[in-house]
Amino acid sequence: MPESAIRVQSLRKIYNVPVREEGLKAAFRGLVHRQLREVKAVDGITFEIAPGEVVGFLGPNGAGKTTTLKVLAGLLHPTSGEAQVLDYIPWRRHKDYLRQMTLVMGQRGQLQWDIPAFESFELCRAIYQIPLSDYRRTRDEFVELLELKDLVQKPVRNLSLGERMKCDMVAALLHRPQILFLDEPTIGLDVTMQKRIRTFIAEYNRRYGATVLLTSHYMADVVALCKRVIVIHQGRILYDGSLAGLVGRFSAFKTIEFTLENAAVDLSAYGEVLSRDDGHITLRVPKSETSRVTARLLTDLVIDDLTIEDPPIEDVIERVFAQEKIE
Amino acid sequence: MKGMLDFYITQFKIELSSHFQYRFALLIRIIVLVIEPVIYLVVWTTVAEAHGGIVGGYTRGEFAAYYIAWMLVRQMTVSLGPSDVEDLIRSGELSAMLLRPVNPFHIFLASGPSAKVFTFLWLMPILAILVIVFRPTLSPALWEIATFAAALVMAYILRFVLLWAMQMAAFWITRASALTGMYFAAEFLLSGRLLPISMLPLWAQQIGNVLPFRWSFGFPLDVLLGRLTPLEVGLGFLIQVAWLLVGAFLIKVLWRAGLRRYSAVGG
Repeated sequence: MPESAIRVQSLRKIYNVPVREEGLKAAFRGLVHRQLREVKAVDGITFEIAPGEVVGFLGPNGAGKTTTLKVLAGLLHPTSGEAQVLDYIPWRRHKDYLRQMTLVMGQRGQLQWDIPAFESFELCRAIYQIPLSDYRRTRDEFVELLELKDLVQKPVRNLSLGERMKCDMVAALLHRPQILFLDEPTIGLDVTMQKRIRTFIAEYNRRYGATVLLTSHYMADVVALCKRVIVIHQGRILYDGSLAGLVGRFSAFKTIEFTLENAAVDLSAYGEVLSRDDGHITLRVPKSETSRVTARLLTDLVIDDLTIEDPPIEDVIERVFAQEKIE
Repeated sequence: MKGMLDFYITQFKIELSSHFQYRFALLIRIIVLVIEPVIYLVVWTTVAEAHGGIVGGYTRGEFAAYYIAWMLVRQMTVSLGPSDVEDLIRSGELSAMLLRPVNPFHIFLASGPSAKVFTFLWLMPILAILVIVFRPTLSPALWEIATFAAALVMAYILRFVLLWAMQMAAFWITRASALTGMYFAAEFLLSGRLLPISMLPLWAQQIGNVLPFRWSFGFPLDVLLGRLTPLEVGLGFLIQVAWLLVGAFLIKVLWRAGLRRYSAVGG
């Protein structure tokens, strides 16, 4: 087993996108002379991921997450830089590499529409040349974990989105890849279904020691699965470290929650009132002021149930992206 | 090799079961398929009758034999649509296929024959009726039937390979289906689809002999109708193999270059 499962060094991907002004004249001009504009999708990123690690890859739309995943899955050639996954260079698309990895892209699946998922699984077996006994064992295990027993016999087009995505997940993992690239694996699903997929990914990682790089807009996915996150924005890495560290580093505020006997008191002198619900107050204060404000609150007012918390991770992330560049 | 065979069989079986969902659509396709040669058949038998029974070396019964066998050959050699690769690229489906350790070429080649099982079943009774109505002159020897079957399989593979090679253009041009359209137009005239090749002017026949179209359609027909000498049959197979090699070479080169381009611009 190599020391790092995924190693990325100064990776860049620049797209040349044609630009054209509006109108017929511009269209004709474009026939003769095509103007291209460079778009830096990924702009010199470097990171390593150890075997068995589950890493959250966070960033707003267009940050370069999907491009990076596509490069690592062998679908894109980078403009420059290096990448090695399990000691393979992904874009050479070596068959042995393809047999050891998978890329799940949200709602874009591998299943055939008109036949039951069960039969698509069979095709996966043939494509990946999975020995029959392994195939049956893995398939039955996954079908049970995701509670798919009654669904895999129905034509895929008769399944709901969530059911289909669960079947897709099985199809993508039947060959038991060591490397999982998951691009929004829970997008568009209801909370229960998201949770089911999440638990499945965690279980897969635990059982097979697979390395997972995952993007998601649902922080619940990230919190549940990833100890480490890489934050990417405009093609550059803003943060690479523990999830807890991200909150500590980028959140300049804390929230203080408490219940007040006299709900009519003016609290603006203590901090920003985020909510005031039937005597239950949520106050936002600068991190450095937290202990001082807490002490003052307790001295000045009659207070019950006081708790101090970090702001929700969504708010922290939003804050990270709002700042063009931190530090 | 064993793995590939398993893949081909599995893909065939799965496509077969997916065609069960489209039984009716296949019947419609068969009807469309039958209409075209029946029109040619009616036209040429009428012309033959007006000319004392023979036109261009074909009697009324031989025309009937030609166009009835035509249906079988056409059905068995139909493969890719004009824009299959183009659609793969445009829909992003190609990316999903590229994640897997099997070339999409094999996926398409393996899924083609499954539809033919159904259309063959539909076609048989139709052919039987046409035989009763048009009374074809056809009495092939056993070896001619065997050779016909081999030439037919080769024709299917050849046509598939050439169309796939041509559709590699989709990596560079957005409307590559226009190219395939040109192929289909030339094929219509030079393959024996519109009329038997021997009825074309000599110069057109000579062009047709060099180009691949005849070898992926008219050749098996000529074999079945006993219009070729054993030497010509052998030569025909050689030309089929030669074109197959040309196609395979083109695919190898263009696929690699195409993928490079695809992965540079982003799928």
